[in-house]
Amino acid sequence: MSTKIKILVPVKRVIDAALKPRINKAKNGVETVGVKYSINPFDDIAVEEACKMKKTYKGMVEAVHAVSIGPSKAQETLRTALAKGVDTSTLVDVGDEEVEPLVVSKILKELVEREGSNLVVLGKQAIDDDSNQVGQMLAGLLGWSQATNAAKISIGKDGVVEVEREIDGGIEVVKAPLPMVISTDLRLNEPKFVTLPKMMKAKKKPLEIIKADDLKVEIKKRLETISLEEPAPRKAGVIVKDVDELISKLKDLKAI
Amino acid sequence: MFAFKRTAVQLAKAKLHRYTHTLALLETNGAKLTPGSLSTITAAKAINKPITALLVGPDAKEAASEVATFAGIDKVLIQSDERYAHYLPEQVSPLVVSLLKDEYTSFVVPASSVGKGVLPRAAALLDFQPLSDVTKVIDSATFVRPTYAGNAILTVKSTDPIVMTSIRSSAFPPAEEKRSDAAPVEEIAPVEEIAPVDTDCKTVWVREELMKSDKPDLASAKIVVSGGRALKDKTTFEKLLNPLAEKLGAAIGASRAAVDAGYCDNSLQVGQTGKIIAPDLYIGIGISGAIQHLAGMKDSRVIVAINKDEEAPIFKVADVGIVGDIYEIVPELTEKL
Repeated sequence: MSTKIKILVPVKRVIDAALKPRINKAKNGVETVGVKYSINPFDDIAVEEACKMKKTYKGMVEAVHAVSIGPSKAQETLRTALAKGVDTSTLVDVGDEEVEPLVVSKILKELVEREGSNLVVLGKQAIDDDSNQVGQMLAGLLGWSQATNAAKISIGKDGVVEVEREIDGGIEVVKAPLPMVISTDLRLNEPKFVTLPKMMKAKKKPLEIIKADDLKVEIKKRLETISLEEPAPRKAGVIVKDVDELISKLKDLKAI
Repeated sequence: MFAFKRTAVQLAKAKLHRYTHTLALLETNGAKLTPGSLSTITAAKAINKPITALLVGPDAKEAASEVATFAGIDKVLIQSDERYAHYLPEQVSPLVVSLLKDEYTSFVVPASSVGKGVLPRAAALLDFQPLSDVTKVIDSATFVRPTYAGNAILTVKSTDPIVMTSIRSSAFPPAEEKRSDAAPVEEIAPVEEIAPVDTDCKTVWVREELMKSDKPDLASAKIVVSGGRALKDKTTFEKLLNPLAEKLGAAIGASRAAVDAGYCDNSLQVGQTGKIIAPDLYIGIGISGAIQHLAGMKDSRVIVAINKDEEAPIFKVADVGIVGDIYEIVPELTEKL
């Protein structure tokens, strides 16, 4: 393969996966004040995989560039990615407003073209809006191949990428020549923790901040939030003392 | 000039009025619709417009005759070209796009691996923002979908001219109602061929390894028996869960911890990142109940938790809980059922 691989890794800053989000008083969003934020877990896997590829396919992978689209605080998310081994990064500062997947995809398309990327590795979904859309939309906009829910990725010498995908009922294997968009599933790898020295070093790595305007992408909402509510609580259950009582309770509930 | 403009607007309006159909991409497994597709028909009916079903792949023709008999289905389109055999989104999306361009105002797919691959790609090609994992239809533009691992329920209205959605199968019962025998014969859905669409993408399907199982399908089972980290290893997992599942005619599920530890296949994972299920009865065995797992099962009708830790979060959502040793309770339960 003559052209080198340039990887783009989009990362999102989300409410930490271990936290239970609270709905705000206006019922149009979640409480954000005093809440711990982290890198979206699937994006963490994407970063890990991109950095791993750089080592595994030495000489083939030229660079890994991370991108985040979000508030200025998303710089922290990019610093984490840089500390994990990403070379350079861009923050597209869009303020606190949540940007819909279609717009995110359009911004990413511009960045892919600007960076000359030929492989995008990203999380299969963000754990806040649970859309599972951006990878597929970006692949569509670029006219590239897509492999979602990747559990294993291997790149041949000919630049053909083979991806094992998690699908309903098992595994599917697809292959495609670059350029390509791959979204990561949980079992692709186990992201490592970032050490403090690496975090310090990452402060010196490039982090460019731009606006969506600079890429000539209009941020426009297509979806209007009518309400955001807590799910209906379940009725309090009972604790039974033995199996006999369990069985009779299940019969009462007509569950067996 | 003015007159011409008016005509154009009137024409556009007339077209909008005339074409208000729903296109439903339905998935087949052999000649049968998948359970997720049957739920998608129910959701499509709730949108309350005539439904055109789209079937693709080599099994499309065989499946079409049954699909055409479902109530609410107005028309069936089939495209049986071999290229659609594995529902590669690179192939299916342009086909969907070519169909959506003129006739429809709604598009639905099951929120399955296939639907999740196709929907966003097709939507981006049309410049629309799709809605994932819909659990309730309010009207043709307004839908309910869970976010934050099911911790927040979002009601959202789309302003796009074609509203594109994927349907969470556990939230809609499978379609059963067939067209009445009394209906005039002309009403039986016409089946017509449409031309295949070419794309530049060179994605190739290589192979698949599906888990073989004689048990009911996890996503559509009435009863699910699910195991967690406490099951220790693969042998223990199978030895403890299989007899109970067999007795109940249940499907087996697992928490992510059990899957990661290699106790069972990853296609059994229940949760935000695995399958979302809502059976009549869910029995969680040795599962603590992390929010990611609860996101996948908390809409089950009756939840039973068997766990030695009385503080385990799963007891907060369980209708019936029993605190104790799973290795004593589960065999006893199996025997007494």
